Amino acid sequence: MKTIVTALCATLVATAATAGNDCTAGKTLEDGVLTIATGNPAYFPWVIDDAPETKQGFEAAVAYAIANEMGFEDDAVSWVRTSFDEAIQPGAKNFDINMQQYSITPEREEMVDFSLPYYTSAMAILTTATVVEAVGDPAPEALKGLLWGAMAGTTGAMMIDDAIGPEKDILLYNDNTDVTQAIQAGQIDAALFDLPTALYLSAVTVENGALLGQFPAERSQNPDQFGILMEDGNPLKACVDAAIEALTASGQLAALEAQWLAAATGVPVIE
Amino acid sequence: MTDTSDTTARPGRRAVFEAALRRRSMRIAATSTAAVLLAIVLLVPLAPGWEAVKKSFFNGPVFSKTFPGLLDAFLLDIAIFAWSLPLIAILSLVVAICRDIQRPALYPLKLFATLYTDIFRGLPVILVIYLIGFGVPGLGLPRPWNSPYIWGSLALILVYSAYVAEVIRSGIESIHRSQRSAALSLGLSSGDTMRFVVLPQALRNVVPANMNLVIALQKDVALLSFVGPVEIFRQAGVYKSLYANFTPYVGAALIFLIITIPATRYADYLMHKRRRIEQ
Repeated sequence: MKTIVTALCATLVATAATAGNDCTAGKTLEDGVLTIATGNPAYFPWVIDDAPETKQGFEAAVAYAIANEMGFEDDAVSWVRTSFDEAIQPGAKNFDINMQQYSITPEREEMVDFSLPYYTSAMAILTTATVVEAVGDPAPEALKGLLWGAMAGTTGAMMIDDAIGPEKDILLYNDNTDVTQAIQAGQIDAALFDLPTALYLSAVTVENGALLGQFPAERSQNPDQFGILMEDGNPLKACVDAAIEALTASGQLAALEAQWLAAATGVPVIE
Repeated sequence: MTDTSDTTARPGRRAVFEAALRRRSMRIAATSTAAVLLAIVLLVPLAPGWEAVKKSFFNGPVFSKTFPGLLDAFLLDIAIFAWSLPLIAILSLVVAICRDIQRPALYPLKLFATLYTDIFRGLPVILVIYLIGFGVPGLGLPRPWNSPYIWGSLALILVYSAYVAEVIRSGIESIHRSQRSAALSLGLSSGDTMRFVVLPQALRNVVPANMNLVIALQKDVALLSFVGPVEIFRQAGVYKSLYANFTPYVGAALIFLIITIPATRYADYLMHKRRRIEQ
């Protein structure tokens, strides 16, 4: 029995070792397996039902597309969960690539490596229908008077001061749930999120939720581009970049975006 | 015991021996401290990951860019601390006195005070802050009465009052019953006995213990960030994700230490003084 198990394991390892392409050989944590990290929990619409291995959700789908492009079959992809802090801490990592809506910024780039962007996000203002009625036209002046909140550590939190410049101090929260709770309790009027998250929260989580407006994805200042995070100096970066380039060129990335992140129309654009 | 005059006149053999012993232990303490420090300074940088750790935790440029912002955010911590402390003092005193009530008619107050301390000492601070900071405003209070500053502070006040009340109660119980009997027999009412005889001694007895709670409060103020206020801990977290670097946390830790180390030393000094008086 023992020998059979050993033999099975050996064949498994042998077949697995053939996964990956020339570029990735010997560069992954485990030979022939691409270990991808996502958030804990991973949020809709990036990963549906917190189950990335089902390929449901934009990031889950893109992750498998990239893995396939890099020569890994679906069953050669293994998922782990990390927080943001675990992703940036010094020392050995338990993932090859980490994908959880990391915005690419020059400051972060000094500490970790990012792939080419796989998505460029518009930023949207999540609020309630009551506030939308009260504010009416989302002119920048009208936005200054609101009480603003955001999820700490997101680009939204960093953008409020620059893009809106509110009169009162902004409030920051640990996660989406806390932000929605604060909106619900009337502690904040509005919060800034990437558009897909804002759409989801306004439709599903926030009672009476609404979007007041969006800052277009192609804005000149700080476009919010999502990249895959890798350890600083990870040799895999070239392979990931090549895969994303190929997916962008073939239009597959755009197709996935249309499939999972459509319905962004109809939200007024703030110039 | 029999002959002490000799040693006071000139150092005896025993005193000389003890002085030598003291010098020797000082020498050993200094050498071992130096050895440990040297080992840390020399060996830690030899660790293979030291460069990465240095870049992530002790990054000079990131430190200088974020430190002013952190100091600014720390003002909010001080403000929360400053308005919470007097309210904690008042509430805890009331609760402690309620727990000491002897009159049967007022038993509900005593029961309430007991339940209060049991519940709030038994709950994690962060849980209370979440429940009160988000829960109460969720009831639909109008602005500004739903502010997280108000309800977050209240949560902190409730939890810390429970602890301080217990400390004060132990102080009250440390005053011997005979003092109360004496005061009552002199014609003081039970309220006056508490006010003029028991409390002045009890409160003085528990100053060192309460200093420890004050220091703990100073640090726990940071937990208010969970319901929104951007104080130093949250600000450090924002900088952390902005720079993908943990150095802002080290900066925040330094700022906390600047406040808490003198406070801790002061508490130790008070405790020492107390012990000297008691002896």
